[in-house]
Amino acid sequence: MNQVNRLKGGQIDRSVTHRFKFDGKTFEGHQGDTLASALLANGVRLMGRSFKYHRPRGVLTAGSEEPNALVELRNGARQEPNSRATTIELFDGLLAKSQNRLGPLKYDLLAINDRFSNFLTAGFYYKTFMWPAAFWEKVYEPIIRRAAGLGSLSQLDDPDVYDKGFLHCDLLVIGAGPAGLAAALTAGRSGAEVILADEDFRMGGRLNCESLTLDDQSAPAWADDVVAELKSLPNVRVMHRTTIIGAFDHGIYGAVERISDHLIVPDLGKPRQILWRIYTKRTILATGAIERPIAFENNDRPGIMLASAIRTYANRFAVAANKKIVIFTNNDDGHRTAKDLHAMGVEVCGVIDVRADAPRSLDYEVLHGQVVDTKGRLGLNQVKIRLENGNIRSLDCGALGVSGGWNPNVHLTCHQRGRPTWRDDIAAFVPGVDLPLGMSVAGAASGIMSTTGALQSGTDAACAALSAIGIKSRAITIPQTEDAPVSIQPFWYVKGCRRAWIDLQNDVTVKDIQLSHQEGFRAVEHLKRYTTLGMATDQGKTSNMGGLAIMAELAGTSIPKAGTTIFRPPYTPTAIGVFAGRHRGQDFHPKRLTPSHKWAKEQGAAFVEVGNWMRAQWFPLAGETKWRESVDREVLAVRTSVGVCDVTTLGKIDVQGAEAAEFLNKIYCNGFAKLAVGKCRYGLMLREDGIAKDDGTAARLANDHFVVTTTTANALPVYRHMEFVRQCLFPDMDVQLISTTESWAQYAVAGPNSRALLQKIIDPFTDLSNDAFPFMSCANVTVCGGLRARLFRISFSGELAYELAVPTAYGDALIRKIIAVGAEFNVTPYGTEALGVLRIEKGHAAGNELNGTTTAQNLGMGKLVSKTKDSIGSILSERAALTAPGTLCQVGIKPLNPADPVIAGAHLMNEKGPIDAAHDQGYVTSACFSPNLGHAIAIGFLKDGDLRFGEKMRLVSPLTGIETKIEIVSAHFIDPQGERLRA
Amino acid sequence: MHSLKPVTALGGIEPRTDVFHHLSIIENDGLALASFAARRGFELECQTVLKGLLGVVPSVGKAIFNDPISGFWLGPDQWMLTAPHDSHELLADIVKNECGAAASMSEQTGAWVCFDVIGDALLAFCERICSAPIRQMQGGDTRRTSIHHLNCILIKQSAGDQIRIFGPRASADSLHHALFTTATALA
Repeated sequence: MNQVNRLKGGQIDRSVTHRFKFDGKTFEGHQGDTLASALLANGVRLMGRSFKYHRPRGVLTAGSEEPNALVELRNGARQEPNSRATTIELFDGLLAKSQNRLGPLKYDLLAINDRFSNFLTAGFYYKTFMWPAAFWEKVYEPIIRRAAGLGSLSQLDDPDVYDKGFLHCDLLVIGAGPAGLAAALTAGRSGAEVILADEDFRMGGRLNCESLTLDDQSAPAWADDVVAELKSLPNVRVMHRTTIIGAFDHGIYGAVERISDHLIVPDLGKPRQILWRIYTKRTILATGAIERPIAFENNDRPGIMLASAIRTYANRFAVAANKKIVIFTNNDDGHRTAKDLHAMGVEVCGVIDVRADAPRSLDYEVLHGQVVDTKGRLGLNQVKIRLENGNIRSLDCGALGVSGGWNPNVHLTCHQRGRPTWRDDIAAFVPGVDLPLGMSVAGAASGIMSTTGALQSGTDAACAALSAIGIKSRAITIPQTEDAPVSIQPFWYVKGCRRAWIDLQNDVTVKDIQLSHQEGFRAVEHLKRYTTLGMATDQGKTSNMGGLAIMAELAGTSIPKAGTTIFRPPYTPTAIGVFAGRHRGQDFHPKRLTPSHKWAKEQGAAFVEVGNWMRAQWFPLAGETKWRESVDREVLAVRTSVGVCDVTTLGKIDVQGAEAAEFLNKIYCNGFAKLAVGKCRYGLMLREDGIAKDDGTAARLANDHFVVTTTTANALPVYRHMEFVRQCLFPDMDVQLISTTESWAQYAVAGPNSRALLQKIIDPFTDLSNDAFPFMSCANVTVCGGLRARLFRISFSGELAYELAVPTAYGDALIRKIIAVGAEFNVTPYGTEALGVLRIEKGHAAGNELNGTTTAQNLGMGKLVSKTKDSIGSILSERAALTAPGTLCQVGIKPLNPADPVIAGAHLMNEKGPIDAAHDQGYVTSACFSPNLGHAIAIGFLKDGDLRFGEKMRLVSPLTGIETKIEIVSAHFIDPQGERLRA
Repeated sequence: MHSLKPVTALGGIEPRTDVFHHLSIIENDGLALASFAARRGFELECQTVLKGLLGVVPSVGKAIFNDPISGFWLGPDQWMLTAPHDSHELLADIVKNECGAAASMSEQTGAWVCFDVIGDALLAFCERICSAPIRQMQGGDTRRTSIHHLNCILIKQSAGDQIRIFGPRASADSLHHALFTTATALA
């Protein structure tokens, strides 16, 4: 076969021939073809199998509404299932294969399903797979899951990239048919910023599909001229291959631009698609209308198509759907197809019109009647007609064009719950009054079905839209063209038919809808779920109306009273990849690198994500094969000499102003007003309900200047909270806040030799002696010969320790300097694991303990909550339920057998008695192995824990079968008197 | 003079420049930054100080380019000041000396990475990275915007074919990656 159905004319470029493969067989087509048009040109009608019954299926439409001709496009990692042959732009080397079949397409073994169709009606699996109950999970569900779906996934990572973008305009015109082009031209000439988007690769909409003239030009030529003018205007952006997938709040539209889908692979570095977010002041919806089919017995054979699609293939793609074609219609548009086909030399075997007053023709036979059945196993070869007088007549043909009228494409008007309204004169829903803000509708999408009407409504809509935003414009001169009225006799299905398909994609028949009605699933949304009508890739674009009409008839009501389903975004299937954009894999979210990151990487550090931060977790040395070896070494080094840890990630908030101290008094539950300049203080922050929010230190650098630190995880929430307090609760206070987390590189230098080490870093005029710079001191200092720095004598490890901050740009140099000058003390870098062990040994609370359920009293800091001032959360922290006997209290836990592990998350039970929730005594929040003590330790919360030191208990985890004998001790495992940190 | 050598936000000794035929992305490591917030009751005094420094007080969404100190609006009675780093490394202290207790100053140099982007494809580039309405923005217009999930400040320079992007310094690599891949996609 070599394009046996190719006609003359059309808008294809015959000078460019593309070779492509379908199911392994090579074909040729031309530039400007779709896969569907090229297959039809080559005489291929059979393109797939239906979802449930595996019936042979061919193409139904010529657009994105296609329910049938779905293929797997490309292969390997780029294989994309459920691609519509009607929208796939042909390119050289294209590979496609049919889907949803077992064996060759012609001999699909699963076609046996069709023999059992009586058992596979709507809702069959709700009824069929009830018994035995045990079979559901092991037998039925796996089988159903295997049978579900159409195409298959490659299971490989998508090798292409996707971009996102943002556009702004005065007017967005959706659809480049006659109404859209007229609107865009009107607005473009006025100077407004215009975006014209169309899903097709060729603009013009139905103008490309008709044999009309506009003035003295063919319709496609007129469209070409308009598009050329629009492209020449600097204020107009013309977007081919761009589908507006959703209408969202505030005039924002989602659009998918297919940049590379018409190429065999995207150009290097180029995205395959771009997801645009379009911000527009006004929108004109000019998405045209979609022709609908009529249901009759066996109306799903390959070769049975929408009449307008047959016209499109002939006029635009120069393809005859077959040599012999029959038309079945209830309106004048079917006759237009017949005329065009006849004019192009295609044999029109007859036009069957349900109307008694159908127009007659001298060129072909017009019959008053209905198609009642068809024949042809893999493709149509005969239609059976019941004439008005009751006689049956058969016509041999290879294609049947069906026209049941046109449905305005109202989808985008519904995305914000707009309800379409019914119009009897065109027997269709049109956009309702509750459109998305700023949207107007023009052309066939608004129910104006003539070309003249579409052009006029487009230019009028543009003038109105621009006027509303203060832009003057003038309507364009409308060319002379077709202006025929709509003549239609509503006709949805042939009475008496049973296996007549309403939804070809989901194999929903007239019988299924009758069953749905019979079983009480009559509401539109129930009908959809019970029968699957309108689901899947086409979302019922060609089927919803038919189903609705039949349900209305069965229910004895009108179509508008039966209602309509609400359309939701996206308008057409959209790749998940384009929603992800570049945010995938390791670029899923941005990373935050510490100032010492490069150096730590050089040391071979293991990293852990903490929020977006990448923190060094430990620093393995040669020969260390297990993480515990590294962590234990780091912990011991801090306890015995000195270690250094990057603590830049802790939140830092600059608090300045005449009332900065008063402000902190509100924020923290403990007092700050009297904190002396040059001193730090631990602070506990409560939520309004009295639960602990976060903790940290505040350092007073001047009377009107504090630096507050927060935990790493809560840096942003605390800053947000403080801004809320500043702006909303105490707007009259003179206090200013700004985050300085990333302004300063900050290192904890901890251990008995930390002072000696820092004396080699900090310039000599700063006296670091215990008397001059005692525990909880702070100061502005200089380091390494004059670099400004901040020094805080605070300790998370419980050792003599400092935190030293320098401007971030010098953070890399400072860590290298500390390591170099600390060599004589064997200074050891330590990561977050060692940090955790050190603080558990010291009994310091962290995120595990400040877990959103604990109070200051739980944390053993009840006395910290000042009674002499008001602060956020202080009153509610005194609620009876929070202070009653039996309140949880932070304790230390150690195993009776030093070899036993202690597991975080495990629960505390009395030494004897049942193990159940009613007898729960508390739980473990943090646990680790202490290399200093030589056994596992933990901290947790125990009822009346402060009164139970020395008590033997059981630590249990019923889920994992763990039961360990433990002893309750003070949480301060190391240096409970705090002598080391004050040394 | 101290002995510590600074590194750029991208971790280099020298700032990085990526030159495409249609765009250049230039890491600008030569700026000192300081935040300036008027204290309560001293708003007018602060306006006077800013006018002296910048010539004009930046209004909402605006930047003023001046020599040596420039500035842009951050929030009500809050601005960010910039100046050449070599001559104004201690910018916060310099301005604090002028405004005294009338304003709260914080050094912000280390908190930000700055990229200057220049070239013919600038508008298309901006449309791919953030939602700022770049085609409607005039020279000096400033937007707080999100780039690759990062809170950034975008300033359209007085020359219309150049923008300046301030982003969080700790995420300089991620931000640069986003800018670089976008520029590559447009090449």
